[in-house]
Amino acid sequence: MTNDVEYGRYPVARLAVPEWMLKVERLGRVYGPYDDTVIASTGPEIGSSKSAVNGAVVAAWDVSFEVAAGEALGLVGESGSGKTTVLRCLAGDVAPSCGEARLRTTEGDVSMFDLDSSARRRLRIDTLAVVYQDPAEGLKMNISAGGNIAEPLTAAGWRNFGKIRDRASELLTRTEVPINRMDDLVRSFSGGMKQRVQIAKALANSPSVVLFDEPTTGLDASVAAGVLDLIRSLLEEHRIAAIVVSHDFSVIEMLTSRCLVMQHGRVVENALTDQLLEDPHHPYTQRLVAAARA
Amino acid sequence: MLLDDLIDSAQSDELLDEFAKREIRRAILAAVAIPGYQVPFGSREMPVARGWGSGGLQITLAVVHDDDVVKVIDQGDDDGVNAVNLRRLVTTSTGADQTSIAAEASVIQSRHRIPEDGLDEESILVLQVPVPEPLRGVERDMRELARMHAEADYSRMWVSLYEDKVRNGVITQTTGYPCLVNDRYVVATTPIPRWDIPRLHESPFLTLFGAGREKRIYAIPPRTKVEPLTFEDVPFEVEHADGATCSLCKSNAAFLVSLPNSDVWMCSDTDWCRRTREASA
Repeated sequence: MTNDVEYGRYPVARLAVPEWMLKVERLGRVYGPYDDTVIASTGPEIGSSKSAVNGAVVAAWDVSFEVAAGEALGLVGESGSGKTTVLRCLAGDVAPSCGEARLRTTEGDVSMFDLDSSARRRLRIDTLAVVYQDPAEGLKMNISAGGNIAEPLTAAGWRNFGKIRDRASELLTRTEVPINRMDDLVRSFSGGMKQRVQIAKALANSPSVVLFDEPTTGLDASVAAGVLDLIRSLLEEHRIAAIVVSHDFSVIEMLTSRCLVMQHGRVVENALTDQLLEDPHHPYTQRLVAAARA
Repeated sequence: MLLDDLIDSAQSDELLDEFAKREIRRAILAAVAIPGYQVPFGSREMPVARGWGSGGLQITLAVVHDDDVVKVIDQGDDDGVNAVNLRRLVTTSTGADQTSIAAEASVIQSRHRIPEDGLDEESILVLQVPVPEPLRGVERDMRELARMHAEADYSRMWVSLYEDKVRNGVITQTTGYPCLVNDRYVVATTPIPRWDIPRLHESPFLTLFGAGREKRIYAIPPRTKVEPLTFEDVPFEVEHADGATCSLCKSNAAFLVSLPNSDVWMCSDTDWCRRTREASA
């Protein structure tokens, strides 16, 4: 791969630094042995992500996209469509079966899937953060809010107690967690507040990419609206490249400018979010949008 | 030594046969080569129950020859029941001599203390370890523990220190304080008090840690960097009681322990206390 992009006969070379922060190409994740026949036996046309040939499950296949700094990309689809699988492959929680994901860092481009597990983990500390649907996945419940934020900070080498506390209270203030709750166990927090702590933890080392997996699904409507407001302003403030996975079009509409629609493990539509909502092309997207608008 | 000789000596009356000694010495060599790394070993049955010093005992038996002089203490006391029994076991089994004076000893087995003085380049300190895994308190999964050590990922340990400081205002861990050895591995320093921690740093003597129940041996070789895990702005402090002096030798230069429910303090190292009294008499 080079950074040179060719448009027809005219090479647009060297000067054209691509602006993507994260670039995913032909990402696939299959559970079970697979070949071309197995892949061809799944997908939206077949109406299933489970192959009738050998029972393999093609959770995601041929997923490609780019996200730039300051941009949020949505991944929409119903349960089981493969959107969370894509996110977990990028997060390093699940190993992809094929494909490539390149991340722009200060030390140059990194091919994430080629890294060993220890390098992947280091990436998660300061470059790529994840906010999970279930706060229990991203936080330690028996540790205080401040302690949870201290974890990525100490992993990044912070050794000054006062500075760790200052940074934690700064982040908690920004995510609107009452600062007098900083030393309380996260277990004792409400759902919305846990999610805010998780966001504060994700931002601890100023990552360039943040992956959101259904960040407001477990929350009631008014709390969810507050958390969404917060995420939107944080994305703008920090010029973060974000991927937002959700089945909820109101979340996608509020946070993202572009989105991919997934069904049975494939991307069926790729469009600007407002266009998609106004004028969905794929029949599946039309159904999704109609359901959301009903 | 050839295998045939080993087989012959396996019939010996010693507590450890040559095979066992060889295995333990190999583990010790690996431990010395990688300071702070926990080397697994077989851990034989000993005439003491696992968790009662069987790891330290096996190391001592594997390194002691009949020309060695051993000192065994329980807390700082040469005359504690466990100390007396272990010392008798070692000397009768190996033919080594015994002493209570650290400077005369070549091998010193202990659980809770490093003797106040007398350890030099010729000394080997053997510590009995109840829990060799410093991360046990923050993680239970063995695979995850192995990964954390392999990647030197000790952030969870730092978080536990952070939590301790937040909850209690000070870092409350007193004995077995976690230390970073040779800028690489975090070790559990067994239940030695904080008082003894600075004495492990760049020490002239070799320290061997044996955990018989957990089947691990690790080491701090002489002249090795040993740093207690401490935040930059929270200085590491050793135990101190204002105005306390030993009720026997009147000194406050050694680690003092108090009698239960009283203000009576005494030196933890009984032999040091005895020699201090004799010198001033």
